[in-house]
This record gives sequence, structure tokens and C-alpha cells, in this order.
Amino acid sequence: MVLKAFFPTCCASADSGLLVGRWVPEQSSAIVLAVVHFPFIPIQVKELLAQVQQASQVGVAVLGTWCHRQQEPEESLGHFLEGLGTIFSHEPWLQLCRERGSKSWSCKAIRQQVPVAPGVPSEDQVMLIFYDQRKVLLSQLHPPTVLPDHQAGDAVASSGSLAVVFDTVARSELLFHGDQYDEGPVRLSHWQSEGVEASVLGELAKRASGPVCLLLACLLSLVSAVSACWLWKLWPLPFIRSKLSTCEQLRHRLEHLTLVFSTQRAQSPTQLMRKANMLVSVLLDVALGLMLLSWLHSSNRIGQLADALVPVADRVAEELQHLLQWLMGAPAGLKMNRALDQVLGRFFLYHIHLWISYIHLMSPFIERILWHVGLSACLGLTVALSILSDIIALLTFHIYCFYVYGARLYCLKIYGLSSLWRLFRGKKWNVLRQRVDSCSYNLDQLFIGTLLFTILVFLLPTTALYYLVFTLLRLLVVTVQGLIHLLVDLINSLPLYSLGLRLCRPYRLAAGVKFRVLEHEAGRPLRLLMQINPLPYSHVVHTYRLPSCGCHPKHSWGSLCRKLFFGELIYPWRQRGDRQD
Amino acid sequence: MEDERSFSDICGGRLVLQRRYYSPFCREFCLTCPRLSLCSLTAVTCTVWLAAYGLFTLWENSMILSAAIFITLLGLLGYLHFVKIDQETLLIIDSLGIQMTSSYASGKESTTFIEMGNVKDVVINEAIYMQKVIYYLCILLKDPVEPHKISQVVPVFQEQSSGRSTSQCGLFQTPGLEWFLSQA
Repeated sequence: MVLKAFFPTCCASADSGLLVGRWVPEQSSAIVLAVVHFPFIPIQVKELLAQVQQASQVGVAVLGTWCHRQQEPEESLGHFLEGLGTIFSHEPWLQLCRERGSKSWSCKAIRQQVPVAPGVPSEDQVMLIFYDQRKVLLSQLHPPTVLPDHQAGDAVASSGSLAVVFDTVARSELLFHGDQYDEGPVRLSHWQSEGVEASVLGELAKRASGPVCLLLACLLSLVSAVSACWLWKLWPLPFIRSKLSTCEQLRHRLEHLTLVFSTQRAQSPTQLMRKANMLVSVLLDVALGLMLLSWLHSSNRIGQLADALVPVADRVAEELQHLLQWLMGAPAGLKMNRALDQVLGRFFLYHIHLWISYIHLMSPFIERILWHVGLSACLGLTVALSILSDIIALLTFHIYCFYVYGARLYCLKIYGLSSLWRLFRGKKWNVLRQRVDSCSYNLDQLFIGTLLFTILVFLLPTTALYYLVFTLLRLLVVTVQGLIHLLVDLINSLPLYSLGLRLCRPYRLAAGVKFRVLEHEAGRPLRLLMQINPLPYSHVVHTYRLPSCGCHPKHSWGSLCRKLFFGELIYPWRQRGDRQD
Repeated sequence: MEDERSFSDICGGRLVLQRRYYSPFCREFCLTCPRLSLCSLTAVTCTVWLAAYGLFTLWENSMILSAAIFITLLGLLGYLHFVKIDQETLLIIDSLGIQMTSSYASGKESTTFIEMGNVKDVVINEAIYMQKVIYYLCILLKDPVEPHKISQVVPVFQEQSSGRSTSQCGLFQTPGLEWFLSQA
């Protein structure tokens, strides 16, 4: 196998010295982490490497020599570097060499122990791969490969060689603490040599985050304790809570905030990203909510809204009354059963009359209620949208009632018809065997059954028409509510922090690597540049999506049509709590 | 060292294959696709604008014309950025892996790198396109959980393998490919 030497680009201009890194024999690759400069004492170098090895569980060793020289080779330096091979013995011993100011590199890998001809050290073919140490240190491979612990021996043959490179660089943080300008015993060159990265704001935020998290965690636990109080379990409060989507959204947000401000540190990078995504989502939500609040409270919009609400409700009721009058006549030229038509029509008209009276009763208080509800937008745009959805549900409660009446009536009719149709053919439903069996009926049973069947068949068009009209209205309301829920879901689950990271720092989220062949001269080793291939946006959203409320339709189109045909009640938007039923 | 040969695909466009030999263990194959032809571009633009003008005479709304211009521009930009592949490159590095790069007409490059440890085999597959049988090269990947199973079949030179190239047969006769097939 060709020997692959991974060399950091920051060390390409460093002075001559020793190469320090990790050798992976299964993949025949040498990962160079830093360069130790002259002068050094070998004992201290070995101590430092042992320290790093113990702290990071990475087998760091001296891999070879690095020579950055002028045009004319310095003989003494050459011999000195070769002599170092005997002090720090490593198989194979790398010798990298570069002429100052030019792009010609040379590298040799010498094996002492397995010579082709006895007494002559053999040389391997070497390939140089340059990598940006800072980017490789900070980036995270997707999908994350879990490498086995190194205490059990280096079992890296099964994992890819690139995952090993990323893992090695990420674990060797301790090696990057010392610098060539430090006063310590060993002078190193690595990615921090161009200047240690730190930020005052970052450090301050880290110090302040501890007490702030503690305070907020206490507040949030207090709020959750209050909401779990036994008072809320008294009927009918749990029933109302399960029906309102606002309570569900508030609970969801409370969960998110508890996770974000918990005093435990994140165990893995995925958990950290999730926390960050939740925090950004909550902040955006609150920002949008405050914008909505300021828009609502400016130039008396709430008053205008409240003034417009009652006439709109009146208009809707009027339209419904017109619809019912039309149904009671000859709708679309169909001939209805007069008596049943009148009964149903008058029944529904009375309901609408009740509803209008109720709305008129509430009208003086509407502006106050809307003003207080508008304040809730400061908790977030999602809360405001959930409240809007709940208000729509409350205002169209009469449509929901009509739908339930129509559906129940139609359902009863359909079941009656199917059972009497079986009787008409001389069959019966066997409950024990769950199948249709033949049965001999008496004459009077057959007579009554056929009579009832005829009555139901002739009354079917009327009931079916009422059912159709009210189901369509109900589906319209459900669609509007569904769209609002979709928007709330989108704000809840979109991973904005990950998307921002992918936009501004694409190397942090890596799907893989890509190689570029650098200028090649005959007789020189092959040089490649390894760059990070960022994750596509669709994968970012898919991997880091936050779990949503769980309010999505649980029926497929087929089952929905079947339920509509048989008159069973449909509840397309189930809250999460109802799923346990 | 470099080598260039030209072929033609089913539609008559000119394909150019370049082989670069960097070192005994690194080679590159570069396939250049036929460029966007001016005739087809003019034809599509004229069709869209004639349709827009027809709608304009019907409805007398000048927004239709501006909308047609927008659609044409956005459609062309989208086509150049997401659909039209200019060049496809296959870079093979011994004991490291295989890299496939597609560069689009707008300059975007999309790269996939497959490590050598994941490659099970390289095969030539047959496919039926309309009334012909065409051959295309593909890489079989190992399943990470079960090493004996095949998890994915990755066709090399995606755009060409979508069925427009009969020159693959000519491609397979180049000596570089025998070396490539022996690498896996």
C-alpha cells in the first residue's frame, strides 16, 4: 500500500524540526499533528508525548523529521536529522523536505526492519495529503462514526481512514495548548501558532451562563410544578386543555426551555446542536411575536378588529340561514321530502338564532378579551397563531354542531339501511362469527323490515344532502385550522441554528471530504489537498429537525373517504395527549 | 501526461474524454459534455414569449409580459445551475478512494468521495434505453453492517449514464479503464 502522509497546511512554512503525530498501520497512513522545533531535549519531548497519550488515548509518537531549508542543502543539518532517527525510533521513519520559497517537496519513508536486501533500508512510496488543521478540528462528520475506545487496542480497520483522521485531530487538543513562542521546554508549531483563538465575549458568556441557567432552571421548574398541580386535574379542565391547541403549544415550549436551560452539559455534539436550535427557535418566535404585538397595538388595530368581528359573525350566520332556506326549498332542482326537510331546516335555523344571540351577548366584552389575548403574542408567534386557531374553532362551533347532527343522522340511516337490505335478501349479520349468514324470517318480520327499508331509502336523499353540505363546511374550517397548525409546526421544528451554521461556517457540518491534485512534477511525490465537503441543506434539515408537536393527520386519504361515506365522525387533527387512548 | 479522445453521444453531441496520468497510483478521467446549443435556447425562449404574447392579446395585461421575461430568466438560471452538467471528472487514488466531481454550467461543483474500504467491486452494467441496450460503469458499495451484502450501486458519470451515450463502448476500450477496473 502507498504510504499516506497527512500534513497540516499551517506547518508548511514552519522551521525545521521533528514531526509528531499518529501512525495507523492498518491503513498505512501517518497523521502529522505538529512540528517540534530545535533546540529540544529528547527526554522532555518523550515526556510531553506520554502526557498527551495518557490524556487523550491517542497513540502520539515522533514520526520523522521535517526540513525546511535554503537552496543549497546544509550538510550538517542533513546528518543531524538522520541521526535523530536513532534516538526516536519509529517504523517507518518519515523524512519530509521542502526548499524555501519553492513548491518542490520531497519525502521518503524508510523502513529499517523489513529490508528487501539485507543491510539496505527499503523505501516506501509516499503520497502527501495537506489538510487544514483548524477546519478538521472543528468539523463534525455526518453520519457520525462511533470509533471504539483505544484502551481495547486500535480496532480501526473497520472504520474509514478519514474518520480516523478527524478523530485523531479532534482528540489531540492537549497537544495544541503549547506554542512555539511559549517559554516551555518544548516548542511546537501547529494551527494555533498563527495566534491562539479566543474571544472576550465568548469567555464572559461562558462565565455568566452558569448562574443564569441555574436561575432560569429554578423558575421553569416552579412553573412546571404549578401546572402539574392537582387543581388542574378537576373535571372539566383536563377536557378543555386537551382540546385547546394553545395549551399544547405552551407545554411544548416549556419542555424546550427546560431542556435548553438545564444545568447539565450536553453529552454529544448532536445534543448541543439540538439545544442551540431550540434556543434560536424560541428567540425567533419571541421576536416575531413582539413584532406582531407592536403592529397590533399601534393605531388601534385591536379596536378595529373587535368592531369588525361581530358584523362578520352576523354575516356568516346570515349566509347560513340563506343556505338552509335554499335547502328547504328545491336545492339544485332536486325534490326533497317536504316534512323531513322542514323539520331539519327549522331545527338548524333555531340553532343559528341561539348562536347569534350568544354573539350579541358577548359583543361588549370582545375588545377587552382581544386586547388581553393580543398580549399573549409576547410569548411567541406560535402561541398567537394557536390562539387564533382556537378562536376560529370557538366561532365556528355551530358549524361543528351541525356537522355532528348531520353525520349522526346519516350514520344511523346508513347502518339501518345496510341491516334492512340484508333482511330484504334473507340474510343476517352473525355477531358471534363476524360474518353474514342466511336466516329464515317470519312473514311479519319480512313485511315490517321491507316497509322500514322503503321508508329509509326514500328519506335518504334529504339526509344525504344535509350531511354533504355540513361536511363540506366543516372540512373548510378544518383546512383553515390545518394551515395555521402547519405554520406553527414549521416554526417549531425548523433547525435555524444548523442552517445558519451551514451558511456561514460550512466546514463545521461535513458530509465527507474532497481531494484536489496540486501541481505535480515528475520525480516528486504526489501532493493532494484535502478539503471538507459540506452537508447539503436538505440533509441538514433532515438530520437536525426538532421533534414537532405531533399534530399531524393520522388518516390516509383512503380511510378518510371511507369514513366520510359511512358517516363516521372525523377528527383530523389529534393532539399528542389523545394518542395514548 | 494527458490524452484526449472525442466521441459522440446518441443525440449527436460531441463528448471529449481526457485522461490524465499524475503518478502510478493516481489517475483522472475527465468527460466534457456537449455545450448548451443556441438553437434549443432560442427555440424555448421564442415559444415562451409567443405564448405570453398570445395571452397578452387575450387579456390586455402587461404583467403577463414581465412575468414571461422573469420566468425565462429564472428558468435559464435554474437550468444552468441545477441541471446542465458541463464536465464530469473521475479521480482515482490508490488505497485512498474514488472521487466523482460534476461541474455545472454555472460553475457549481458537486463532489462525492467514496473510500476504498467501501468499494466492493466495479462492474459494467447493461441497461435498456428505448430500443437500444447501453452499457454503463458503476461502483458497488459494501454494506457497513454486513460486509457481504451490497448496499448501493453508484453509476459513474451520472449525466452520461442517463442514457444518452452510446460511446461508452468506445470508452471501455481505452487502456486506462482496464487499470481502473483492476484497482478495486
